[in-house]
Amino acid sequence: MSFIKTPAVPVESINPKVKDCEYAVRGEIFNHAQRLQEELEKNPGSRPFDEIIYYNLGNPQALGQKPITFFRQVLALCEYPALLDSDETHKLFSSDAISRAKKILSTLTGKSTGAYSHSKGVKGLREMIADGIALRDGYPANPEDIFLTDGASAAVHMILQLLIRSENDGILCPIPQYPLYSAAITLHGGTLVPYYLSEANNWGLEVFELKGRLDWARENGISVKAMVVINPGNPTGQVLSESNQQEIVELCRKEGLVLLADEVYQDNVYVKDKKFISFKRIIRSGYREDEISMVSFQSISKGYYGECGKRGGYMELCGFREDVKDQIYKVASVNLCSNTSGQILASLIMNPPKPGEESHKLFFSEKEAILSSLGRRAKALEDAFNSMEGVSCQKAEGAMYLFPRIKLPNKAIEAAKKASMVPDAFYALRLLDATGLVLVPGSGFGQVPGTWHVRTTILPDESKIPAIVSRLKAFHESFMSEFQD
Amino acid sequence: MRRFVAEKAKRALSSYLLSSSRSLPSPSLTSSPLKFYSTAAAMASKLNPPVTVDTLNPKVLKCEYAVRGEIVTHAQRLQEELQTQPGSHPFDEILYCNIGNPQSLAQQPITFFREVLALTDHPALLDKSESAALFSSDSIERAWQILDVIPGRATGAYSHSQGVKGLRDAIAAGIAARDGFPSNPDDIFLTDGASPAVHMMMQLLIRTENDGILCPIPQYPLYSASIALHGGSLVPYYLDEGTGWGLEISELKKQLEEARSKGITVRALVVINPGNPTGQVLAEENQRQIVEFCKKEGLVLLADEVYQENIYVDDKSFNSFKKIARSMGYGEDDLAVVSFQSVSKGYYGECGKRGGYMEITGFSADVREQIYKVASVNLCSNISGQILASLVMNPPKVGDESYESYMAEKDGILQSLARRAQALEEAFNSMEGVTCNKAEGAMYLFPRIHLPQKAIDAAKAVNKAPDAFYAQRLLEATGIVVVPGSGFGQVPGTWHFRCTILPQEDKIPGIISHFKAFHESFMSEYRD
Repeated sequence: MSFIKTPAVPVESINPKVKDCEYAVRGEIFNHAQRLQEELEKNPGSRPFDEIIYYNLGNPQALGQKPITFFRQVLALCEYPALLDSDETHKLFSSDAISRAKKILSTLTGKSTGAYSHSKGVKGLREMIADGIALRDGYPANPEDIFLTDGASAAVHMILQLLIRSENDGILCPIPQYPLYSAAITLHGGTLVPYYLSEANNWGLEVFELKGRLDWARENGISVKAMVVINPGNPTGQVLSESNQQEIVELCRKEGLVLLADEVYQDNVYVKDKKFISFKRIIRSGYREDEISMVSFQSISKGYYGECGKRGGYMELCGFREDVKDQIYKVASVNLCSNTSGQILASLIMNPPKPGEESHKLFFSEKEAILSSLGRRAKALEDAFNSMEGVSCQKAEGAMYLFPRIKLPNKAIEAAKKASMVPDAFYALRLLDATGLVLVPGSGFGQVPGTWHVRTTILPDESKIPAIVSRLKAFHESFMSEFQD
Repeated sequence: MRRFVAEKAKRALSSYLLSSSRSLPSPSLTSSPLKFYSTAAAMASKLNPPVTVDTLNPKVLKCEYAVRGEIVTHAQRLQEELQTQPGSHPFDEILYCNIGNPQSLAQQPITFFREVLALTDHPALLDKSESAALFSSDSIERAWQILDVIPGRATGAYSHSQGVKGLRDAIAAGIAARDGFPSNPDDIFLTDGASPAVHMMMQLLIRTENDGILCPIPQYPLYSASIALHGGSLVPYYLDEGTGWGLEISELKKQLEEARSKGITVRALVVINPGNPTGQVLAEENQRQIVEFCKKEGLVLLADEVYQENIYVDDKSFNSFKKIARSMGYGEDDLAVVSFQSVSKGYYGECGKRGGYMEITGFSADVREQIYKVASVNLCSNISGQILASLVMNPPKVGDESYESYMAEKDGILQSLARRAQALEEAFNSMEGVTCNKAEGAMYLFPRIHLPQKAIDAAKAVNKAPDAFYAQRLLEATGIVVVPGSGFGQVPGTWHFRCTILPQEDKIPGIISHFKAFHESFMSEYRD
């Protein structure tokens, strides 16, 4: 592309919030990896590795995970309903997929996935989701409080845009955090108020820490509007204990904070002694509807379904006044509605095949295979990291990531400084150049200053893990040798 | 190799920390978490609940979107009443003429497109022999082609943040075939409908309320809403109703200068072609003037071209602004043009699939990086929408198995749209005090109603804009939902409403007769 002499839009003239926002998950290291990939394609053998393995992003189906058969059967039938009139269809689709597709089609405007739906999402699909939430929690859910969005990210943006008036409005966020939050807060002109998770306690959340940060912010003129809690955690993988959750809810109630509960990994818990409890259930079991405002975010991208590319998700609002919900509806209406395939998938994940139904056996075996494999991979990688010199890695109780801490020798830190790089980015780049593995530097998520981490997913194919582990170890040994103090 | 800048990371880190010098308290190491609070009953929360309308972002409060505004909410209430109490209103059904949503009103999707979508949604079908009986051979072939450009054939994976490369290649080829000028796949950003792309550009260009965007009046209110949400200023330029909603450069100049004299930095010019709600198709000469104007004034040309396949008159055709600029000899160095396209309109009408793209040209590499970065925060647009965009820009060709049935479906839809546009236009023009310009394209009519003073007074008495008052009375009498002209903007003192041309053709006579009957009765009631 030609160099533009006098652009109508010089970079100095664009919105500074755009310039300030960062999203490391697809940031510099990722761009570098893509360049290396292109090089490999043009000149095979030009690098000490055959392929780039993308460990940077929670994108299961890109790394070989298969979609759930039942879900895709239903989607295909909804996309091309003419199939429902053919005899051959019964040979290709299970009978419960056929009946589910018919049921879903009957709820759609114009009986078509091609029509804009209600701006909150198709009413009938919201009812199915509400039923699924009620079954999960033991408390009813109102379809009118559910907003279907193109992935959970779009819902996060909507709420932050609603709450943030200026840089004097703060949002409490965990450090480390999934950098959608920092990026969105920057884009909407607010201030991120960090609260540090405790690495030594398996990334535990201390209410004392929360309160301290909140008070400090307020003393400095920040009006703290909300608190983000990611449970199970990203990048940290911890699953909160019920008592911890109760403390958080009570803090939000007392301090008038909106609880923003990122619960997209609710179907990713790998340890027997923990389970997912929604914040809604915590609230409903102790409080009146109007005592606490909470938003729960769910997505079809994670769990055992991994339908990232379909862009489906929702937010469930609790304890919001009608006039505020009207404003949320208005903003949702400007973009009309989210994509219907994503809406349909959201209704399917919250309402999957039940025992006794034709597809249940296959569904269950696919689900279990994926989840047990994820658990094994999490363990294998965690053990591998913990065996490396100067590396300590907390257990991934849930989610899809590990966030090991690397104690970098001073020589390495100096070398990084010389190269104008953050030390963990320096390490990650060296790792990429040596092995083709793409990890995201911890600085992209936030960490206690002076500590260094990398985030890796647990997603690559199970059969590849031993080779990956040996390459990682070899690189790390060689790096530590090079920079030994 | 690009340098990783420590400063950038430091800036990112400092945005996390409010103070760089304070020491951090160590986390509590007690095994039982500190119990900070007494029981809920003892302490009332600070705010109950904490979020009230007056504490919300004022930009959210300011923004409006009439297409799904008050009249539609009212219509939905009436619809529920009809369901629970049939016969409770003087009509049997609500007829939604407020929104360009063809498939909600029985327009069928293009068969070939849906075949391909079903196959790519459930690729296991491609391995089954029974599928040959259920799907056309070219849809099977196209599905394979598409899967081959999707890494791992995984339609459930996040794609590249601009959209799957191979699909962008197909779209760029389609653009080049349409325009006769090359298109670069790296200039294309696939989005969940055209609307998110519009938001992205507004967010990029608007720094404060001193940044202005020139918008046509009347306009599709996504633009006014988006400008409000991003904190900018809408600089209106009036289309000329007397000349078929023509766009006068003198008007553009006048509004630009006025804005500048008030201290507004005008960043861009929005042109909707074919027009919404007005339906005009710009003449080539007019387009050249617009391009020249943008180049001279350093404005980004934001070309909303989502109705490029909706043209109903023989003496007009669609020319993309990029084609016009290139044919004037203007390249990347001369002006910045953004073209928005969508899968929601045309003859395909795939609104619910949320597919679309923007093609950006004339932006420097560092600005493009910023646009890419913003796109990456939300990872990517939905894959079905991306696939549809590639199909829309690259439909079946002569000789393909599906070509004939595809053309029959396409022509059937477009001819029907033209007939409906004509029928409704004539009907409106036959009504007392109503004048309606021809819909040369798009999906709407925007008739002007000369409301009698008594009606205007009655509207004022109930605190409503006169056209909203008219639209509400229409709804309550007939079940027909139109959007008041005030939702789109209009010359002050004039009143309009926007009505789509989308209801099924066999319902049009009934709609016309009910509309006319209502209008006569309304005019009788309020005639001066």
